Amino acid sequence: MRQRVVKPAAGIMLAQHCQYHKPARLDSFKKLSNVDIEHFKSIVPAETVLATAAVGGTADAIELEGFNADWLNKYRGNSQLVLKPKTTKEVSEILKYCNEQRIAVVPQGGNTGLVGGSVPVHDEVVLSLRNMNRVRSYDEVSGVLVCDAGCVLEELDNYVAERGHIMPLDLGAKGSCHIGGNVATNAGGIRFLRYGSLHGSVLGLEVVLPDGTILDNLSTLRKDNTGYDLKQLFIGSEGTLGVITGVSVLTPRRPSAVNVAVLGVPSYENVQQAFKRARQRCGEILSAYEFWDSNCMRAVLHHQSLKSPLEAEYPFYVLVETSGSEKNHDDEKLTALLEELLEEGIVEDGALAQDDTQISRMWMMREGIPESLGKTGPTYKYDVSIPIPVLYDVVKDIAQRLEKVDLYKPGQSSGPVKLVCGYGHIGDSNLHLNVVAEKFEDRVTDVFEPYVYEWVASHRGSISAEHGVGLMKRDYLGYSKSPEMISYMKRIKDVFDPHHILNPYKVV
Amino acid sequence: MSSLRILVGVKRVVDSAVKVRVNSAQTGVETANVKHSMNPFDEIAVEEALRLREKHGKEKIKEIIALSCGPAKAQETLRTALALGADRAIHVKSDDVLEPLTVAKLFSKVVSNEKPDIVILGKQAIDDDSNQTGQMLAGLLNWPQATFASKVAINGSSLEVVREVDGGLETVSSALPAIITTDLRLNEPRYASLPNIMKAKKKPLQTVLPADLDVEVRNRLQTLKVTEPPKRQGGKIVASVDELLEKLRETKAL
Repeated sequence: MRQRVVKPAAGIMLAQHCQYHKPARLDSFKKLSNVDIEHFKSIVPAETVLATAAVGGTADAIELEGFNADWLNKYRGNSQLVLKPKTTKEVSEILKYCNEQRIAVVPQGGNTGLVGGSVPVHDEVVLSLRNMNRVRSYDEVSGVLVCDAGCVLEELDNYVAERGHIMPLDLGAKGSCHIGGNVATNAGGIRFLRYGSLHGSVLGLEVVLPDGTILDNLSTLRKDNTGYDLKQLFIGSEGTLGVITGVSVLTPRRPSAVNVAVLGVPSYENVQQAFKRARQRCGEILSAYEFWDSNCMRAVLHHQSLKSPLEAEYPFYVLVETSGSEKNHDDEKLTALLEELLEEGIVEDGALAQDDTQISRMWMMREGIPESLGKTGPTYKYDVSIPIPVLYDVVKDIAQRLEKVDLYKPGQSSGPVKLVCGYGHIGDSNLHLNVVAEKFEDRVTDVFEPYVYEWVASHRGSISAEHGVGLMKRDYLGYSKSPEMISYMKRIKDVFDPHHILNPYKVV
Repeated sequence: MSSLRILVGVKRVVDSAVKVRVNSAQTGVETANVKHSMNPFDEIAVEEALRLREKHGKEKIKEIIALSCGPAKAQETLRTALALGADRAIHVKSDDVLEPLTVAKLFSKVVSNEKPDIVILGKQAIDDDSNQTGQMLAGLLNWPQATFASKVAINGSSLEVVREVDGGLETVSSALPAIITTDLRLNEPRYASLPNIMKAKKKPLQTVLPADLDVEVRNRLQTLKVTEPPKRQGGKIVASVDELLEKLRETKAL
């Protein structure tokens, strides 16, 4: 009975938040029944089956809430069954059954994605990897870590930190996101500049295919040129080709000397100048070069209990981080760079962290941007790759378009659009364009969708730099990929998942 | 008293964010290749000196001097103090372990040379947690002391300090010169700005030895052994309230 009370409430949320195109449920997918639940209970431990009364279970719908909605509460499905297997074999048996029965499945890690890729669209079974969270092995010499897909990134980073190493990626959601999800979405983040893409640092994967086949490619080799490198297909496949259950990842040596500075920069032109200089002077120790604009900064200072490291306000802020093994050497180089930037007027002010607490506060400032914008209001998020020289133009352009139709008045925090702002990873040509609105509504969306994708395509950028395609960008894939490429993507999908049971309605 | 001078003590310690490990000989914690920074309570002390100057002006607070006793690398900590805004620095160089009484003696000698009106120190250093230097210095100098300060005000030629005491706050007043030791809530330290870091390089940093100050470094304590706290035992999930009660009874918690 309680379930009935919850359901309409969820419906109301749907109307408020879900301003996205929801494809119709495919009739070819089986609707779950009691029989299916009983079968699942026979292949996985009963306590790992979370089923609602609608499919013959005992769980309250509210217990499935966290699996059905994404953390921004933008995407929402209506799954009645969550399975939380503990072993690869269980995953295999679940998928085999679902494939035979044509039951749609959405694999889920920490559910921290931003494009609706990790939540069900309709009534797909949620396959949560959270119970698979063990480190399988670690090689002290090579630094290769082999672990289950459901390990939380931050816990892995702590694990390897104790052994003097560092995970090759780091992102704001580190405390919740799973390594399997990171790999499945080819997550980028703030160490990308230094350690590169997961396509390079992932050495092997264990993947379960929809028919139950376990592809054991959990290699720990750096070099292995024997035929096609299948694992690369699963990196960034967003759970549409197979379910990643194990990951082998190369962890670099943890730098012992880390410096962080926050700079106040008068123009975007100077943000680029400073980046060039940073690479010139500190190239081999430069580990991050992040920027954000004054709108982001105001939101952060308003919503986080953080103090600005700089006294005045600047149009742009840059966070520069160096990581090395010899502190004196790094200090000298970085100070020389900073002095040069200041003397030549490329930056107007700056602050250099004097201890680890200040370092983490400076990072909290950068990493607190998404959350602070979220607290300001419902946020449209675009994660795009654009050549660095024109990267910020799109933010100005979108702001102007909104101004022209009287939806946005810069500097005024009320109105249909409260804030248009940009931040991101300059070093990786990756911009996060965010539009904070009063609410998600068509008259706002229509101003920049699909305009923003056209804009990006016209500069040969990517409409998804690091967030993936998911549900959000499936219809826009054509802006970044040619029809021929999309056609081959679909053929690859057919090979691995002929019945399209895995993460349906998404990516391709 | 028309103008005042403030002496601030700063100590180089293992960074508060570092997870310390006991060395294999069990004589102390591992300090090689470990990040060091200014003792957080000393950062607060520097900040308070700067705030007093910002409030009362440069005419009233004529000079802020930072003092550190320790190895050559203590100069990094002094440079930080200078980058934050101190005017000049004094380094008492010693590679020995310095106990609070020695440090207090070194400070008292510097005080008699420099004649500051206020000495601000952290209430304790986070490495040895002694919480003694300020008090001993007050004893050696026969000055009043206001410890665990959470608020400091200068009224003419006297000092008003709000102290954090068990269960509340105590407001005390004293004449100058005086010693203040800082507590956590006194202020939030600023960041070192680039222009100030650059200026700091040109600020004077004087190095002296304990012998120059006529202080003999002699320790009264010998560390016998340093051990880590016992590892916390992992929690356990119980299936029912009955089981929970049973477990609590087993451990005599009930």
